[in-house]
Amino acid sequence: MSEPLLSVTDLEVRFKSRRGTIHAVNGISFDLRAGETLGIVGESGCGKSVTSLAMLGILPRQAYPADGSVMFGGRDLLRLKDQEMREVRGKDIAMIFQDPMTSLNPILTIGRQLTESLRRHLKMDKETAREEAVSLLDRVGISDAGDRLRSYPHQFSGGMRQRVMIAMAISCRPKILIADEPTTALDVTIQAQILELLKRLVSEEQMALILITHDLGVVAGVCDRTNVMYAGGFVETGATESLFATPRHPYTAGLLDSVPRLDASGKQRLVPIPGTVKTLMEKPTSCAFAPRCMYAVDESRREVPPLREIAPGHHVACFNPVPESDLPQGAITEAR
Amino acid sequence: MLRFVVRRLLQLIPILLGVSILLFAFVRALPGGPAIALLGERATEESVERIETELGLDQPIYVQYGRYVRNLVQGDLGTSTRSRQPVLEELKQKFPATVELAFAAMLFAIILGIPLGFLAAKRYLGFLDNASLFVSLIGISFPVFFLALLLKYVFAIKLGWLPTVGRVDVTRSIEHPTNFYLLDAVLTRDWEGVVDVLKHLVLPAIALGTIPLAIVARITRAAVLDVLNEDYVRTARAKGLDPSVVDRRHVMRNAMLPVVTVIGLQTGLLLTGAVLTETVFAWPGMGSWMLEAIRFRDYAVIQGGILFFALLVSLTNLAVDVSYAYLNPKIRLSR
Repeated sequence: MSEPLLSVTDLEVRFKSRRGTIHAVNGISFDLRAGETLGIVGESGCGKSVTSLAMLGILPRQAYPADGSVMFGGRDLLRLKDQEMREVRGKDIAMIFQDPMTSLNPILTIGRQLTESLRRHLKMDKETAREEAVSLLDRVGISDAGDRLRSYPHQFSGGMRQRVMIAMAISCRPKILIADEPTTALDVTIQAQILELLKRLVSEEQMALILITHDLGVVAGVCDRTNVMYAGGFVETGATESLFATPRHPYTAGLLDSVPRLDASGKQRLVPIPGTVKTLMEKPTSCAFAPRCMYAVDESRREVPPLREIAPGHHVACFNPVPESDLPQGAITEAR
Repeated sequence: MLRFVVRRLLQLIPILLGVSILLFAFVRALPGGPAIALLGERATEESVERIETELGLDQPIYVQYGRYVRNLVQGDLGTSTRSRQPVLEELKQKFPATVELAFAAMLFAIILGIPLGFLAAKRYLGFLDNASLFVSLIGISFPVFFLALLLKYVFAIKLGWLPTVGRVDVTRSIEHPTNFYLLDAVLTRDWEGVVDVLKHLVLPAIALGTIPLAIVARITRAAVLDVLNEDYVRTARAKGLDPSVVDRRHVMRNAMLPVVTVIGLQTGLLLTGAVLTETVFAWPGMGSWMLEAIRFRDYAVIQGGILFFALLVSLTNLAVDVSYAYLNPKIRLSR
């Protein structure tokens, strides 16, 4: 197997808050290979967005500096100087955010915002950058690109704005694209279009993609591998197909069970996971999911379960994984 | 944009007409009158009546108002009962003094207030932030006349660095084509005059500008804090832009929107409310002129002056709206 493009080891992120330290991400590790698409799935507040911000070094100011390491191109991104990190940001690793309505600057033209990184990273002059911006808008499916450069964000619909965001992100041909809930704020029909666009661009450019979402359907359609995150840690990782076919962590199984399905009979009810995610005021000393888990055993309440390989490439952090015979009836067996 | 400005200017007509009616009534509701103010408490009834007839004050109020408006339309603001000068002529003398002072004060407030607010926001809850909060609170709660006296005592009397009163040294004669002394001195290339005029401006401008400074700093801080949390600032940082570019292009331009509004409102206030500062520094502007006029029940001067204030405030608001449209494309294009 080739060297990973990006290698995250024991990443930890903590926040200052009035009530004490919040442990948002507690030592997660994963590799990303060139051209691979990786999904990170979890409920809101589980630390998935914070993970991506930490990798790019743009955590909000309430955060402590991240611990662990993020190796990329032989360097640890967490140890780079600000100035060196700015060379990576937007150029080698680019990011798309959740809400296209608020992620574009309302008082600058689309053209200005698009050419900004071209001029910054590729040192293009104004005219070249403009031409490149036109072709970028073209590629993300915005017609009349030349005229649209002079428009302001409020003259675009949500879907169009997300296309602009994507154009901005891919403008410097990054090796890694991080998409943080790129379709959550959009209508369902637009969601599908944007996902298709992302899929096409990623394969055309041979970019690696980290897709962060709470939507299992999105992951199933796009990602090679999926990591399921809960309370700042990965609870199950593996190839998307095997993870969906045989979810062994009770949380993953529960997530799959709470997805509405068209082929379910009318009387079949959704099975919600009881309880809510707790904000972690201290580093967990036991399985964080145990209080909500019907499979929890004594050990779960005593120590943190490590990720163990239970099938080739399929890891689970659980002392009492869901037995294969007991798989939820709702498990999605094929990728959409 | 042009259509918008013209429409707003036309809207001024009914506004000013309304102000003039209210003014006319209020001024005449004041106890006493110009005749008594001129002749003193012990004047005989006949002499008071004679003067009132002379001034046309014996007519019914609507007749008086009709005549006032007729003159107004022809650009005649009436004559001061005290100085016997046309109000318009006096206005031309007084108003540039006030504008000069107000602009200098506002410049002081903007040049210091915006960077101070910005830095406070960047060092949110840090030492500089708390220090600026402290200074702002003092600035807002310190009585203007007291600050003016204090400044005058320390810098003019004790240290002798700056002049105590007036707009220009009494021994200096500069020509006055516009009555904006600074402009006059520049136009006539009287460079020593420029320095002299500037020296006279410093203390009154600081005294008058301190409250706006505190307000501008607080509003800038709040606006910058808001904008720093915006998603588009995160986007800009994710692009790898230099922090200075992010601050200038993405943070400050957006944060300026509320600040411009406040600057406009404060400028309006300064133009009309510099009475105390003008008095302490014997600044021959509108404030002290109005005060005198009220004391002498100089109806024409009060009416002319306040009508002019109303015009100034309306124009300042218009300028704010225009600059708002310039700063915010959403407004510019949806009109």
